[in-house]
Amino acid sequence: MSKSSTTKSTYQIPIVPIHPALKEPVFFEFELDGEKIVDVDVKLGHVHRAIEWASRKRNPVQILYLAERICGICSYCHPIAFSLAVESTADIQVPERAEYLRVIHGELERICSHILWAGVAAHEIGFDTVLYLTWQIREKALDLTEYLTGNRVTKAITMIGGVRRDITQDMIPKVQESLKYFKDNFEKLRGIFLDDKTFKMRSQNCGVLTKENALKLCAVGPTTRASGVKKDVRVDTSYFAYGDLDINYTTPDILTGEVNGDVYDRIIVRLLEVKQSIDLIEQCLDKMPAGPIVAEPKIAKLLAQLKKANGEGVGLHEAPRGEVIHYVKFDGVNEAPYTWKVRAPTYNNILPWIPMLKGQQIADIPIVAASTDPCMSCTNRVAVIKNGNRYELNKEELHRLSVEKTRRLML
Amino acid sequence: MKFSMLPKAFAQMFKKPWTNKFPAKYAPSNTTKFLENVQAGKAKIIPPVETPPGFRGKIQYDKEKCIGCQLCLKVCPSEAIEFKPEGKKIKIYLARCTFCSQCNDICPTNCLSMSNEFLLADSNLYSKDLIVE
Repeated sequence: MSKSSTTKSTYQIPIVPIHPALKEPVFFEFELDGEKIVDVDVKLGHVHRAIEWASRKRNPVQILYLAERICGICSYCHPIAFSLAVESTADIQVPERAEYLRVIHGELERICSHILWAGVAAHEIGFDTVLYLTWQIREKALDLTEYLTGNRVTKAITMIGGVRRDITQDMIPKVQESLKYFKDNFEKLRGIFLDDKTFKMRSQNCGVLTKENALKLCAVGPTTRASGVKKDVRVDTSYFAYGDLDINYTTPDILTGEVNGDVYDRIIVRLLEVKQSIDLIEQCLDKMPAGPIVAEPKIAKLLAQLKKANGEGVGLHEAPRGEVIHYVKFDGVNEAPYTWKVRAPTYNNILPWIPMLKGQQIADIPIVAASTDPCMSCTNRVAVIKNGNRYELNKEELHRLSVEKTRRLML
Repeated sequence: MKFSMLPKAFAQMFKKPWTNKFPAKYAPSNTTKFLENVQAGKAKIIPPVETPPGFRGKIQYDKEKCIGCQLCLKVCPSEAIEFKPEGKKIKIYLARCTFCSQCNDICPTNCLSMSNEFLLADSNLYSKDLIVE
């Protein structure tokens, strides 16, 4: 009698760029054993838009608005990181009031982004009632953004050396009224997200990222803080006015006393950060000194000053998703920067997907993928197309290109 | 609480919906025809949510004040402004405009300003409504 020839083997399914379960264009190739995920491969490069190339023929003031369009949700952190980089190159001192205003806008963006994420997370596990509730609160945050900056999404508030709009005395009551609304509703949201049975069932012990993996794979932002790694640009480098404010790392053990690094912990961290952001805005409104809001109000003069700038600068900012880095280099001859490089936080949060997804079920893919709050449009920078054919670069080739670029940049 | 969302969901049934149903309670199948009806007084339009002060809408251009210094061309991120050398005046293509109001900030004579008009959708990018001169 021969042995049965049917042996169980794994099979592969692609979950491709345009997929109803994923909000972002990213290519997943899963190797599955039944319902269980054995291996994952992630491919990027579906929304490359040549933004960095477009900057080569624009002056820094124009690039602010180009940077704003890297991502719709982070429409403040990209221009602000860019202007931080430019300010460090051209030695521009930002007035103190502007530093506080920058914190307010940054934290307001964090509230918008985290509440949006909470709604999406609820939607991913099929709890659409919560999606509508959270987005109702987000609507109020967007109204406040519109009131402070002029538009709901593309804020256009950043200017090199400060901000473009002040928060005057008569605007403060409206801001405080909105903050009170957030605080009142925050408790309700926390009750729903953290105590509801549906959420606990789907998010606890799901998509675990251990502290070792988070450190090894260089995860950033709430993803890494949920695994217990104390990493936050606002505390580590205390740029803007963060040095004067009461701020600390947000890790899930503040609330629960333990760190699991699962999706539930990531929900906790983001919700606590919303509370922290409300608190930071209140502190800023209290402590904000009077004074100018921009270093050089005459933009024509600022452009002339930037044209003379020679050197390179790096801008770091804690975006809602983690650390965003902008590198910029000016050659002192041209108005446009010699080079501009953006590293969005999602880039670091891609590799942690692999340990998170391994061992999970197919039905957990959307919530685990969404739990890092991926933003592919921010991340995608490199897709090489030559003669109409797309090709991938291997390690040696990439190394060679990297060496060449370093030589080129050294002038 | 086991199902903390239930009481809220029930309470919502007796509340007014949050959405402002602009332009009509039921989306018209033909918007152009609907607008014609509104102008003729046959239908009623539900107004949009009011814009806050400082909203950045359609650009307004005061041609008399303009001195043709071309500074706005220099800062426009989307190159939406064209210079007309014959009259030393500018022409703004709103189809390209990103509504950042950077040109308003740099203008030395304050001849540019932002209005609160935002209903600018048009199938023709060069239509009369989308060109400011």
